[in-house]
Amino acid sequence: MGLQAYSGPGWLLTKAEQIINWGRSRSPWPLPYGTACCGIEMMCALAATYDMARFGAERPSFSPRQADVLIEAGTITKKMVPVLRRIYDQMAEPKWVIAMGACACSGGVFRTYSVQQGIDDVIPVDIYVPGCPPRPESLLYALLKLMDKIQQDHPLYKQRADLAETLGVER
Amino acid sequence: MSLQDRIRHCLQNDVLDLFQCQGDLFVQVPRDRIVQCLEKLRDEPGLEFDFLVDVVGVDNSALHEKEIKAREKALAKEKEKAEESGETGVENEPVVLEVPPRFDVIYLLLSLKSNERLAVKVKVPEEDPEVDTVTTIWRAADWPEREIFDFLGIRFRGHHNLKRLMMWEGFGSYPLRKDYPLQGKGEERHLDYDE
Ligand code: SF4
Repeated sequence: MGLQAYSGPGWLLTKAEQIINWGRSRSPWPLPYGTACCGIEMMCALAATYDMARFGAERPSFSPRQADVLIEAGTITKKMVPVLRRIYDQMAEPKWVIAMGACACSGGVFRTYSVQQGIDDVIPVDIYVPGCPPRPESLLYALLKLMDKIQQDHPLYKQRADLAETLGVER
Repeated sequence: MSLQDRIRHCLQNDVLDLFQCQGDLFVQVPRDRIVQCLEKLRDEPGLEFDFLVDVVGVDNSALHEKEIKAREKALAKEKEKAEESGETGVENEPVVLEVPPRFDVIYLLLSLKSNERLAVKVKVPEEDPEVDTVTTIWRAADWPEREIFDFLGIRFRGHHNLKRLMMWEGFGSYPLRKDYPLQGKGEERHLDYDE
């Protein structure tokens, strides 16, 4: 991105993709979805000591419709699976998912009839955070990784592909 | 009168067994008399077990299996001994070992007047796993009974809402039965949108 202000109002030189990604990665509003002990650690990361708001996760959104990042912190029982899926479906694009803790990643210690063995069977996961529970630093690191990932995104590609398809041209 | 005597006096012939276990007093009563027995225990002056702490179900199948194996072993040993000592001709008819009923339902009672506790137990066979509900006496039995139904498959006759409590509707098994594998039988719950 080039930003110049020699005199007067100045000018900005960038790509649309870049500025979209820049905006998106700097405000990943989380949807805190704490279903077990990991939720406590997530709350800690959101609270004053670790202050996740520093990274743009300013406002934990308790409505899926206004959230960008689903932080799934805790065990997902099979009874909860439809709820999780529905919440994910309710989130508006673009959306990302952080699976926090061993339980969300793989079922953790609960290899039983009632626990979902990893939420990636149900919804797509972008970042896995290992640990039982992961420390708040791990969650912050995951958020930074997610920001990296968002920055490598090509938000306009899909639009272009759709357009090419409608026009019937090679892209 | 000791608590034991008072219970015997109150329930009379319904006492199938009365024993102390780990400091708790257990009384076993016939399955079809459970409601009457609990009512009597609640209303009898001097006992007044008026508070239902919990209702629990127990699957004893693993324990029974172990016991039967031990008994079979003991019998075989006895037979060997008899043969060794030359006792031939004694026709040992094959012993059929009787399996006790598979399930227990245990009602934990507390008397708020005298602060005494009692566990009332009924045996429930696998072929006909049904007990009368005690929600007619204590509404508090509602969820515990549903939990037992959910996990062990014991039905409670007359319960007003006998649905699964922890597992979802349509879950086909009873997961706390000892022959159910820990990792389940692959039951999954799927989302279907109404459209
Ligand atoms: S990973 Fe560990 S701390 Fe996190 S929800 Fe599972 S059991 Fe709890």
